Amino acid sequence: MSWFIANFNYIVVVILMMTGLFIIFSSANLIRRMIGLALFQSSTGLFYISLSKVSGGTAAIVVPPDSAEARALAAQLDPAYVAAFGVKGVVYANPLPHVLILTAIVVGVATLAVGLAIAVRVREAYGTVEAPEIDDLGRSVTEGPENGR
Amino acid sequence: MTPAVPDVSFVLNVSLLVMLLAVAVAIAVTRSLLAAILLLSVYSFLGAAWLMVMDAADVAFTEAVVGAGVSTLVLLGALLLTRGETIKTDWKQQIGPLALVLAVGGLLIYAAAGLPGYGDPASPANSYVGRAYLQATYNDIGAPNVVTAVLASYRGFDTLGETTVIFAACIGVALMLDPGSSGAPAQASRIRPGQHIVLKVISKLLIPLIILFAFYVQFHGDLGAGGGFQAGVTLAVAVILHALVFGLDETTRAFPPHLMRAISSGGVMVYSAVGVVCILNGGGFLDYDFLFTPQLEAAIPPGLLGDPDSKHHWGQHFGILLIELGVLLTVSSTMVSIFFGFAGRAPRAASVGQGG
Repeated sequence: MSWFIANFNYIVVVILMMTGLFIIFSSANLIRRMIGLALFQSSTGLFYISLSKVSGGTAAIVVPPDSAEARALAAQLDPAYVAAFGVKGVVYANPLPHVLILTAIVVGVATLAVGLAIAVRVREAYGTVEAPEIDDLGRSVTEGPENGR
Repeated sequence: MTPAVPDVSFVLNVSLLVMLLAVAVAIAVTRSLLAAILLLSVYSFLGAAWLMVMDAADVAFTEAVVGAGVSTLVLLGALLLTRGETIKTDWKQQIGPLALVLAVGGLLIYAAAGLPGYGDPASPANSYVGRAYLQATYNDIGAPNVVTAVLASYRGFDTLGETTVIFAACIGVALMLDPGSSGAPAQASRIRPGQHIVLKVISKLLIPLIILFAFYVQFHGDLGAGGGFQAGVTLAVAVILHALVFGLDETTRAFPPHLMRAISSGGVMVYSAVGVVCILNGGGFLDYDFLFTPQLEAAIPPGLLGDPDSKHHWGQHFGILLIELGVLLTVSSTMVSIFFGFAGRAPRAASVGQGG
């Protein structure tokens, strides 16, 4: 049971990540591959945030020390635990992974848009967004007799 | 040293992760692209709820507006332009990827057993740098939200890089999807105003409230969850809602695409300019303690921000406010510009072999 509690998040994250990877590898459709990539990227975020979780912690917004709120938060936990892992009497989640993933999400949607824009242009040039068909068309264009320059 | 009995947050954690798994498997199994995109939106929304359970309030906020909102819109726009329908793939072609994925996944799960346990407060990740930020922020910055303090001040240079990446994405999408980019004449937009009275009335009520909320998120960013990234996307959503209900032509009259691209670069410039001002006043790049000249700092009356020591924090407060303004400008105009790119393009017939 304790092994389950300690590792459950990582196992789920790995399965989610592999689902995204499977979608990227197994689909011919470029839009579908971008969906797989988004899933893969998002699961990386889940992994970072899982690592940043601190049991009994609160969001990383500093509570004024010795305020009623700080005392109420500390009262829910073992005093020795708060003394060991708290900052000025309050236990917080680790803010650093939050910062990394927050910006990664916004950059992720921007790069997703660039990838999709490329897919749109591919469709306009080749009439399809299926990778095997694009391969065939590309071969016929480069090897075709009318294109020999 | 984790508490022996899992608390209620662990139960929530497990149930939300199981839901995420179910949605991810559904995305992998479904053949319909539309269903996959909508399921991805559901996935992001569940992810945002899960992030709240993990005490990552700022990230949950971002995931909710970006993942469940804007990225769904962009994917739907791309789907419309590509008329994509997944061709049936042979099950034999799936064996290779499946075997590879199972092998990699098995290795990763084997490796995961060596990671620190769930919620371990003494793990290396939670012990050194993160803890140092928690201890120092209140004295260094004077703003309660440690995530914003690290994002905008301690690691401001990193965030400048990310803002630049978003600006680059804006330019990239504009170059590829601008109506004039392929030489074809600009066509009338596909999104035309409909006769939906209810939608129009409701959006007229909602759009000012969304914009008001975006500004609250922007200016409240160093006090609570929020900041330039979340506010920027929320602001963009208000513009996109206007375009969806009142027609793209109406919206581009108020927000011309070329103006959006200019604002996107302007945001990066505002951000960099703050850094340069700090250099001119004798500090390092983006060292907000040197944002004001000593004469100006002497003119600030003590106790203006509540606590008597607040003079020390004025540079930090204004520095964070200004660079968050830069982030807001770049993120909001980029999201609007990306939407214009996908929505303003008519589906075009293929021209194999004829293209230049």
